[in-house]
Formats: sequence, C-alpha cells, structure tokens
Amino acid sequence: METVTITMKNPPALYLEADNICPDKFAGKTALQIADLHVFEGNTTSTIGKYFDVSGNAGASAADTKIVVKGDVKKVKYIGMKMSAGEIGVEGSTDLYAGAWMTGGKLTVKGNVEAFAATGMKGGELVIEGNAGNYLGAAYRGDWRGMSGGKILVKGNAGSDVGMYMLGGEITINGNVDVHVMTHAEGGKVIIKGNAKSKLGGQLVDGTIIVYGTIDVMMPGYKPIGTVELEVDGAKSKFAHFIGDTGERKKKRKGQIVYGNLYKKV
Amino acid sequence: MTKTMTDVVCPFCGTLCDDLEVVVSDDGKQLKEVYNACVIGTEKFLHSQTKDRITRPRLKQPDGSWKEVSYDEAVEYTAQMLANAKKPLMYGWSSTNCEAQSVGHEIAEMAGACVDNTAAVCHGPTVIALQDIGLPSCTLGEIKNRADRILFWGCNPAHAHPRHMSRYSIYPRGFFTGKGQKSRKMIVVDPRVTDTAKLADVHLQVEQGRDYELLNAFRVALNNEWLPDVVAGIPAAKIREAADLCKNGRFGIIFFGMGVTQTLSKNHNIDEAIALTKHLNEFTKFSIMPMRGHYNVTGSGEVLGWQFGFPYSVDLTRGFARYNPGDTSSIDLLARGEVDAMFTIASDPGAHFPISCVKHIAKIPSVCIDPHQTPTSGVSKLHVPVAFVGVEVGGNAYRMDNVPIDMRKVVDPPAGMLTDEEFLTKVRDRLKQLKGKA
Repeated sequence: METVTITMKNPPALYLEADNICPDKFAGKTALQIADLHVFEGNTTSTIGKYFDVSGNAGASAADTKIVVKGDVKKVKYIGMKMSAGEIGVEGSTDLYAGAWMTGGKLTVKGNVEAFAATGMKGGELVIEGNAGNYLGAAYRGDWRGMSGGKILVKGNAGSDVGMYMLGGEITINGNVDVHVMTHAEGGKVIIKGNAKSKLGGQLVDGTIIVYGTIDVMMPGYKPIGTVELEVDGAKSKFAHFIGDTGERKKKRKGQIVYGNLYKKV
Repeated sequence: MTKTMTDVVCPFCGTLCDDLEVVVSDDGKQLKEVYNACVIGTEKFLHSQTKDRITRPRLKQPDGSWKEVSYDEAVEYTAQMLANAKKPLMYGWSSTNCEAQSVGHEIAEMAGACVDNTAAVCHGPTVIALQDIGLPSCTLGEIKNRADRILFWGCNPAHAHPRHMSRYSIYPRGFFTGKGQKSRKMIVVDPRVTDTAKLADVHLQVEQGRDYELLNAFRVALNNEWLPDVVAGIPAAKIREAADLCKNGRFGIIFFGMGVTQTLSKNHNIDEAIALTKHLNEFTKFSIMPMRGHYNVTGSGEVLGWQFGFPYSVDLTRGFARYNPGDTSSIDLLARGEVDAMFTIASDPGAHFPISCVKHIAKIPSVCIDPHQTPTSGVSKLHVPVAFVGVEVGGNAYRMDNVPIDMRKVVDPPAGMLTDEEFLTKVRDRLKQLKGKA
C-alpha cells in the first residue's frame, strides 16, 4: 500500500470543500497530479496544492492507497466522501460530511468530526476517536435511506439524530448521545455504552438499540416486555427489553408483526 | 376629501387578510385610516406615514455615524460587495413580494451566494419534515366551511395571527359549519395558558420539550396499544379522550407554530404531527397546516422552489443548487463564520438570530434593505430604505395555505424612493457588468 501525506500549510479563510481527498480520486496519481486536484472555497475553485503540501504518490488503485491528513483540517468538509476502498487517517479533527456515502475502506479520525459524518454510508469502517456531531450515519435531507451497511465506532460522545432512517450496519458509541436515536429506522443496530437522553427509536419500524447507561425519558410507544440476557462484544449482561414504536406503522414477517427492540441494561 | 379603498390586502402575517378598507387622501399621497385590520396590521399601514421615516440610503462611517448616499451609490456598494465575496449570504425575502424575490435570486445565482429565508428560524423544520413524509394539507376556505375539530399545537393565534380564528378557524359560519364556534371542538396543546388556550374545549398543558412524546402517545392511543400512566405531564386517559375527540370529528385540522418547530425535536415534532394526521385519516378526514409568520414567507419558499428546487437554505456557491439545513442554513453559516458578506432584505435577523451570528454580521461587509430602522439596519454597513410592499407597491404574496394573492398599492411612497424590485434590478444589472456578463 502506497501512502500519500497531505499537510495543511495555508488554512482557508472560510471553509474548504475537499471531496477529492479520497483514495478513489488519488488512485494512480503522482504527488504533483494530486496537488492539482480541485478544492472549493465558497464560489472560488482552486487546487489541493494551494492549501496542502502533498508528498508521496498514490497506489494504482484505491485499495492500494492510504492518505494521511496532517495539520489543522477543522475547516475542511467532505474528507473521504464516497470512498470505496483504501485508508484515510486524519490526525486532528475535521468538519462536516466525513466519510459520507462511503462504501468501503477505512476512515480514522483522531479528533472530532462535525455533523453528517457517514451520511448514507453503505459499507466500510469509520472510527472516530473523539466526538461525533449530529446526524451520524443518518440519511441526507429528504432521503429515506440512511446508513445501510458498514461499521462506525465513536470513542467519545455523539450528537443528536444518530442513525436517522438507518437501514442496516452497526454504530457503537462509547460515550453519551443526545436526543433522537434511530428515528424512522428500518434496520441496523446502535449500541450506546454511555447515557442517552430521550426520544430513542421514535417512529422506528425495525432495528435494535442497546443502552448501557441511563435514559432520561422513554418514548411512550415502547412497551416493556421483560428482561433478557444479551451478549454484546463478547460480554453477557441482563437487559430490560422494550418493543416499539407501537404508534408507528408495522411490517409483517412470516405473518408476524415485526417490532423494533430497545434494550436497557439493568 | 378622502377616498376609501376596499379589498386591500394586509402585508403583515401569513393569514394575509384581503378584506381591509383603507382611507386615503384625495391625491393618494396620505394614508388616513385603516378598517377591519387587526391592531398589528393597522400599525403596519400607519407606520408608513411616520414623519421621521428614512427615505434615502445611509452608509455607516468609521466613527459609527451615518452618511446619506444616493441610491446609485448604494447600488454600487451592494454590487461590489457581492462581486468580491467568496460566499455571500442573501437572507430575508419574507416581507417582500415574489417579483422582488425572483430578481434577488438572479443576483444570488450570479454572485454564487447562499439564499435563505426566514423559515430558517421559523418553519424550516416544517419544510424538512414535509420532505421526509409529505404534507396532507388544505386551504383555509375548506377549514372555514368544513372543519369541526381544530387543534392549535404550539401556536397562539390570539396574539400572533389575530384574525385567524375569526376569519377561518373558530368563529366563522361556513357551509357545513353553520353554527360557527358551536359546531367546532377546539383543542390547544401549549405548556402555557395562553389567550388561545383559554378559549379551548380541551387544553393539554404539555411539559416543555415533550411534544414529540405526546404526538407519539396520540398515535399509540389510536392503535389501542399500551401507554404509560403519564406522558409529557398528561395522564394517559386524557390523551385517549383527546384522540377519540379527534377521531369522532368529520373534518379535523392541526395548526402548529413555533412552539413545536423551534423547540426540542424540531423537524421530528412536525414529522410526527404529519404522521398523526395521516394516522387520523384512517378514521376521518384530517389536515395539517403550518401557521406561517411573515406574510410572504410561503411565497419565498414557492419562488425558491420553483427556481432552484429547494424552499430555503439554498447554497449556489458552486454554480448548482444544494440544500442541507445544518450546513447551508443562515444560523450555521454565520455562527461558524462560513460567509464573508451579508445581504439582508425584508427581515430582521439582528433581532432574531443568536448574538454570535449578529456579531459576525457586524464583522463582515453587510447591506440591509428595509423600510424600517431595525437592529439589522443598525448593525449593517449600508441601510437602504425602500417602499413598503403591500402599502406603497403591489405584487404577489402567498398565504399560509399556499394560495397566491395579489396585493394592492394604497398610497405613493415618498418622492424618489425605490421599491425592492427596482433597487434589486439595478443591483442585478450592475453585477452583470462587474461579472462581465452584460
């Protein structure tokens, strides 16, 4: 695997839209060619080379390309958008849409990400070592297809609207989450190791939410049906089991009504 | 001598009353009296007649004082600001006519700007929700003639839309609602005992920020499923009763306002309210309608939708329209410092945006086009006063139920004053020259 290192040398006055920082776009290019790829600051178009030092050539394909992003990229949007293979490592924090619509490969962010990370994600792996913003693994505005595959791990906290319209895949949050988890979801799983606030699984048709900490306010559409023992990440624990959202439309599978499941550790 | 003009349209709130009578002097220069309007509408008309009105553009000087400039100088300043900015924000539009909005959007496209209207701090979440699950709505006429179940959820028309209840929703005797108020049941959901709530048959005093839970509980009740004893501070039995009351009507309507769009859950509240409306249609006929605030905020959504495909928070910086509130919405753009010029028209972000946003407006080149002196005109570098739309110039506006109504000119503006549309046309033509497109 070839490594391309890009280092921020000339931070933008406004924000940078850099959807070209992606193994698929870098593949088969030399450092010089990569520096010539477009970035956008407001209504002006310039090149990666204007803002970043680029060193190292990319591999022949996306899968053979690793990108290391150094320096302050807090004002850079769309890193790893639509990546299908390869690796990206961001050494600091980054802005909106990190790993949006990614279908494969691995994106690691050492710091925090802002909102809309992994929007409409289909596959691959996203690791956020800091905190995630709102709408993690959610659908784009007006779309009914949120995250449908892949894995997300947030080591810190996450904002509101995690997994809105989620269809599949798995999100694990080691810290706490804000309101609205898996709203409108029709599949997938969200594991919250910390505390949750309220509005978990509102309008959820199908899917699983597992909470280890507290829940401030439960949705009225979740009916308690007893306790179960679950194995999560190799460890067994007891959970209170709720099904819902009983106010929302329901699907049937083999003649049986399918409910979403909410498990809260007891 | 005076003359009386009838069927004048009121340019204040989204109810867009079209039955006003206005008395003007014989030469058509002075507006004397206003009949049929609410107190706010009357003030809007009479305010145009104040003696201390600013009639020429003013440019802020380094020492903070204002210097009067000509309209041509104001056009030059505005066009230069838009031409030089990398990401200008053009915000407002809700208190002007559709004609001016349309010219403004041409400017935005040329300048590579972000265009946003007051829905950003108002019914934007409604728009997000209706894109997510649709909007079963109707016109205010249908409500007047048919509705016998009226829900006001998080809104207070007694103060915000003063003639709404008397013209459309509660008191009028319609074709199928011959007994007026007596033929309707009124449910108000509000954490406060507002003047609207005092009129209600049922007042559900919801816990603040728990509208989403209560809406969900209504749907659970409709499905005859298990409910906890108390939801959002309201006993389950009372929720089931209210749900039955809705079910047993012939035609119901949910009106909602800022109490649900701008509190915790925002678009999800509306999403669930629309889902509840859909749900109630399994039992009877139900509709839902946002209580739009500015008289032509609906029109701004219509014109933006027609021209760019999105109703607010449109980002044109890369030459094509993008839309994602949270990224392209005014508050976020200003709070994050994403824009480098601010163009405000027909609205007052200075009074309604968070202070961090207003501080950013003060830091960057800024123009405010407004007939009034407002906190926004105070914080902007250039203030361009214009004629009052709906009073001194006509034009098209959309009522809260998406019905377009042509407004009427009642009096002449002070001599030499431009309208929004005239000023914007001059800016557009100058910007064309600057961008080498003329």
